[in-house]
Amino acid sequence: MELIWEGTKQALWLLFTADPEIWAITWLSLQVSGTATAVSLLFGIPLGILLAMTRFPGWSLSVALVNTGMGLPPVVVGLFVSIFLWRNGPLGFLELLYSPTAMVMAQVIIAFPIVAGLTVAAFQTLNPNLRLQLLGIGASRPQLLWLLCKEARLPLLAAVMAGFGGVISEVGASMMVGGNIRGQTRVLTTATVLETGKGNFEIAIALGLILLLITFAVNYLLTHIQQREQLRWPKPS
Amino acid sequence: MAEALLTLQRVLVRYGDATILEVPSLSVRPGEVLAVIGPNGAGKSTLLRVMGLLEQATKGKVYFHGEEVVQEDALPLRRRMASVFQEPLLLNASVYENAALGLKLRGLDRSSAEQRVLPWMERLGIAHLARRPARSLSGGEAQRTSLARALVLDPELLLLDEPFSALDPPTREGLLLDLESILRETGITTVFVTHDRDEAFMFGDRVAVLIGGRLLQVGPTAEVFAQPVNEEVAHFVGVDTKISAVVETAAEGLARVRFNGGRAEVVGNFQPGERVLLCLRPEDITLGLPGSEDLKSSARNRLAGRVAKITPWGSHYRVALDCGGSRLVAFITRPSFLDLELRARDEVVASFKATAVHVLKRK
Repeated sequence: MELIWEGTKQALWLLFTADPEIWAITWLSLQVSGTATAVSLLFGIPLGILLAMTRFPGWSLSVALVNTGMGLPPVVVGLFVSIFLWRNGPLGFLELLYSPTAMVMAQVIIAFPIVAGLTVAAFQTLNPNLRLQLLGIGASRPQLLWLLCKEARLPLLAAVMAGFGGVISEVGASMMVGGNIRGQTRVLTTATVLETGKGNFEIAIALGLILLLITFAVNYLLTHIQQREQLRWPKPS
Repeated sequence: MAEALLTLQRVLVRYGDATILEVPSLSVRPGEVLAVIGPNGAGKSTLLRVMGLLEQATKGKVYFHGEEVVQEDALPLRRRMASVFQEPLLLNASVYENAALGLKLRGLDRSSAEQRVLPWMERLGIAHLARRPARSLSGGEAQRTSLARALVLDPELLLLDEPFSALDPPTREGLLLDLESILRETGITTVFVTHDRDEAFMFGDRVAVLIGGRLLQVGPTAEVFAQPVNEEVAHFVGVDTKISAVVETAAEGLARVRFNGGRAEVVGNFQPGERVLLCLRPEDITLGLPGSEDLKSSARNRLAGRVAKITPWGSHYRVALDCGGSRLVAFITRPSFLDLELRARDEVVASFKATAVHVLKRK
């Protein structure tokens, strides 16, 4: 108990004195995971909508692949991204291994199926006849998609939360493709692993607290939006 | 005749190998209410979706004001129509926002939208619910909101797909009466899909009968109900009595026919020996006791029979008769039922006018 208490006290001290290295690590974590989540939303939501609203040959296979992707172990993602980015790998010429960009790539691969899969689920909660009804009062195709997204906004926000939550807390892939290089690719999770290994519990606890705080803040914000229940109108096409 | 508002030509809808809908030709005339009736699964909703440009037919053409509709370019035309479905399908927003949705989609500013939406909400009795979340409405209120959402658009064509069939009877009746007067006052051209004969009778200027995906008859409502073109239509429009008969004599538009249990006079030009089917609506048959005075009316045909079955039928009694092997069905009012003191196996006399019999020629 002593260890935890002392560690927490020193951790809070580190936080309040705004240790520059800790803040740099936090900032990089937010940048990498934020970018990865944004990119995942950009591709995952359209793919999810496509899968939810259409049927085509290979549809079930695609949905099964997305669902499998939702449970991808980060170390496996890390392994494959490493191989691709390796100097002799297919994408080795990009020289991205051990860079924040590589970490974003790995995290996109982790978050993208989560976002797509939950988007499919979100759209499937809508009444299938709603589409016809909206077209039947004069919605254009873009307006239709916008209104359906609006209508599915609560489960869609869950997709955003799950996507971000999945990557901000992930350590395996970031460690493997980022390398945990101080000042370059060290993020909250990889730093926590390192400091715990070195026995620097106060720093590890400080990092852990920040991680918890970020996860809480993001989820609180999104829950707040979810509950606000406000509908703004789309621009006519 | 005025130019049709909407016309379907040789429309065919197939899902895989199954033909869902086949309409050689059907027009909606400006200002009319066209009721589309048929049993469940007859293709009525599919027909409405094709008319509303919400579904593309496998084959065939749709004309709007005489011009062929290009599906890829249908948005401006869709915006001149409005649909109301069986489910209200409201968005998770306030009642007002739902009612105003179509206008928002058309880019109308807030104040102009309000000027159009509020009177309709008032007219439909939902103005006091404007700020309520749509999810909190009862079935009737939600359907009123759905109607308001369509009517505020001032559509050239209103498409109603069984809008009342999910409502409880008192709610349904209130809404039916309101909608009936709205349609009469505004004269909005309407296609009203229903499986309910009474609704079709109440609203329809014309009726289209759709059975098994095929359009079997289109015509003025009274005509379709009184003169169905075949047995299937007759059955669906509520012609309960169908008697096979043979023409004995025929002259000057009047014929005498013979069937199991009797003879009757009917109107029409026939050849002696011709095989026909006599169709009679239950409300056109009067019942009396043998030898009673009530039957000295203008009714020309009388048939003696026995009561086979009596069933309470809403405000009426439905009496099935066995007249020497032919089966007749009559409606009688509650007072007449009590007067006659009818019971099963009682002897009665059924009478009906020659003009009430609709005669189908048999092949």
